[in-house]
Amino acid sequence: MAMPEWLRRRRNKHETTEDAAQWTKCPKCGEVLYRKDLAANLSVCPKCHYHFRMHAFDRVSMIIDSDFNEIGNEVVPGDPLKWTDTKSYPDKLAAAREKSQLTEGVVCGFGTIAGHAVALAVMDFNFRGGTMGTVVGERIAMLLEEARKRKVPCIIFTASGGARMEEGMLALMQMAKVTAAVSRFMGDGNFFLTVLTDPTTGGVSASFAFQGDIIIGEARAMIGFAGRRVIEQTIRQKLPDNFQTAEFLLEKGHIDMVVERSHMKETLARLLDYTAKKAPVAV
Amino acid sequence: MNVIVEREKKLLELEKTITDLRSAAATQPSLSTAIEALQDEYKKIQRDVFGSMTPWQKVNMSRHPERPTSSDYIARLETFDQLHGDRHFRDDPAVTGGLAKLGERSVMVIAQQRGRDTKENLKLNFGMVTPEGYRKVKRLIDLASRLGIPVVTFVDTKGADPGIGSEERAQSEAIAQCLYSLTVARVPIVATVVGEGGSGGALALAIADHVMMLEHSTYSVASPEGCAAILWGDAAKAEEAASHLKLTSQDLLGFGIIDEIIPEPLGGAHRDAPALIATTLQKIEEALARLSALSAEDLVEERYRKYRRIGAWQVERQTAVAISG
Repeated sequence: MAMPEWLRRRRNKHETTEDAAQWTKCPKCGEVLYRKDLAANLSVCPKCHYHFRMHAFDRVSMIIDSDFNEIGNEVVPGDPLKWTDTKSYPDKLAAAREKSQLTEGVVCGFGTIAGHAVALAVMDFNFRGGTMGTVVGERIAMLLEEARKRKVPCIIFTASGGARMEEGMLALMQMAKVTAAVSRFMGDGNFFLTVLTDPTTGGVSASFAFQGDIIIGEARAMIGFAGRRVIEQTIRQKLPDNFQTAEFLLEKGHIDMVVERSHMKETLARLLDYTAKKAPVAV
Repeated sequence: MNVIVEREKKLLELEKTITDLRSAAATQPSLSTAIEALQDEYKKIQRDVFGSMTPWQKVNMSRHPERPTSSDYIARLETFDQLHGDRHFRDDPAVTGGLAKLGERSVMVIAQQRGRDTKENLKLNFGMVTPEGYRKVKRLIDLASRLGIPVVTFVDTKGADPGIGSEERAQSEAIAQCLYSLTVARVPIVATVVGEGGSGGALALAIADHVMMLEHSTYSVASPEGCAAILWGDAAKAEEAASHLKLTSQDLLGFGIIDEIIPEPLGGAHRDAPALIATTLQKIEEALARLSALSAEDLVEERYRKYRRIGAWQVERQTAVAISG
């Protein structure tokens, strides 16, 4: 598949001079994988089906038909707490930007899925563990407001370690900000769908991730409120392997369905079709 | 060990000496000079200890075992009828809710409740609310909104319960739905952080039209212990985390996250609890009187705008993009 123009534009902008390593190893089964093959297989290990965490751009390419009109990329973080521990917060942000090729932890925009116009937000664990600071909240709120104007469904792929400590209470308040935008969007009769990917925890999990009309867990994703380590330290015992997996949440009745990455787009397309108020536009 | 309790010890000893001397002074008038001198010393120490507290000292003050808890405020309402349970699983005692009269006004009170001693804390799960507790909160917010009764909350928790059972019963969903209900409630909401405001577990009672904090309360994205564990893998660095987090009432007023600070007596809320509680309830009434003048639509709109603008970001000029190939 040819690289869509939006992605070429975005990639060129941030590509570093040195090429990324060509090979990688599956963290689960140890299989050595050629990165291009892995990408072609939607970042799922062909041997053991381990779902690698995906870059937001790859996720958008996987889900959106062709063109993606990004919004909010110009909104970038400040340093409201003047935070410095081992490094200053601006230094941490610069490193995250370099590592992830992203300006912040979420990519937002508009496109079509099987011809259905949608607003899409994709969080990326590569940027400070997908933590939600002001900018993540601001961009998602902007997206929901614009989606409400356009009367199109909104899909959010979550991946987050929770609120970003270095922005303190301003980060926590993004839970309130996004929730307010979600309730407005949903209150107008619009369809809100969330896809919880590995990992979805803390303030993101306890706000918009679990406010969806339909909530999908990506296969084998870790999803929960408190992190595994916190719980283990609190109760002083080891948790079972499947605890807080998407499959566990399905069994407990917390999410609507578990979907393999290879079936994600077609599943979203069907759900959009069931709930569509008008026929999809020709692609 | 609570650092404020430690710092208080000398003062309490001095207080006792002064009281003893006073009763002795009835028969020995010559003691009055000594008493005055001790009183001056007492005031000086008090100013030194409490005049300017570090963030970590404030965290300890907010957790002081004698600090008034939500039930002390509720006890001072005209009437209170507790409403129990989430209608599904259980009644969580770590959060109390019910209909009450505050002055002449009917209100829905929702309050997190921590204990004063180990026995109470075991019963109340150290004020950490479980999913059932949050489902009760949501139920009462929705009920108040439907019946047109203002919501008054008291926040005091180190955070939502992080146990296995809470995960199994969808803690995230329970909190997320409280947040949702607070953003759409068509009645005035006044929240007061009376002790510790710990993370999302506190926010579930604190999206409000008017948010107040007691002067030495704290409100934080994570507990200092939790923050230190997350960032540095070492909960023992809590004091350092507290110094970074900007969790004091003064910090948060500056960020526009809270709207008002309720001053505490020198030495903390527990030094004159009746007066402090009376002031707090009066400020809640004042806020409700002001908010009650707004229509439901205006309330929801104003609340939306308030939270919509919180944050600190900048707009980066986009550089021209060359498309190759």
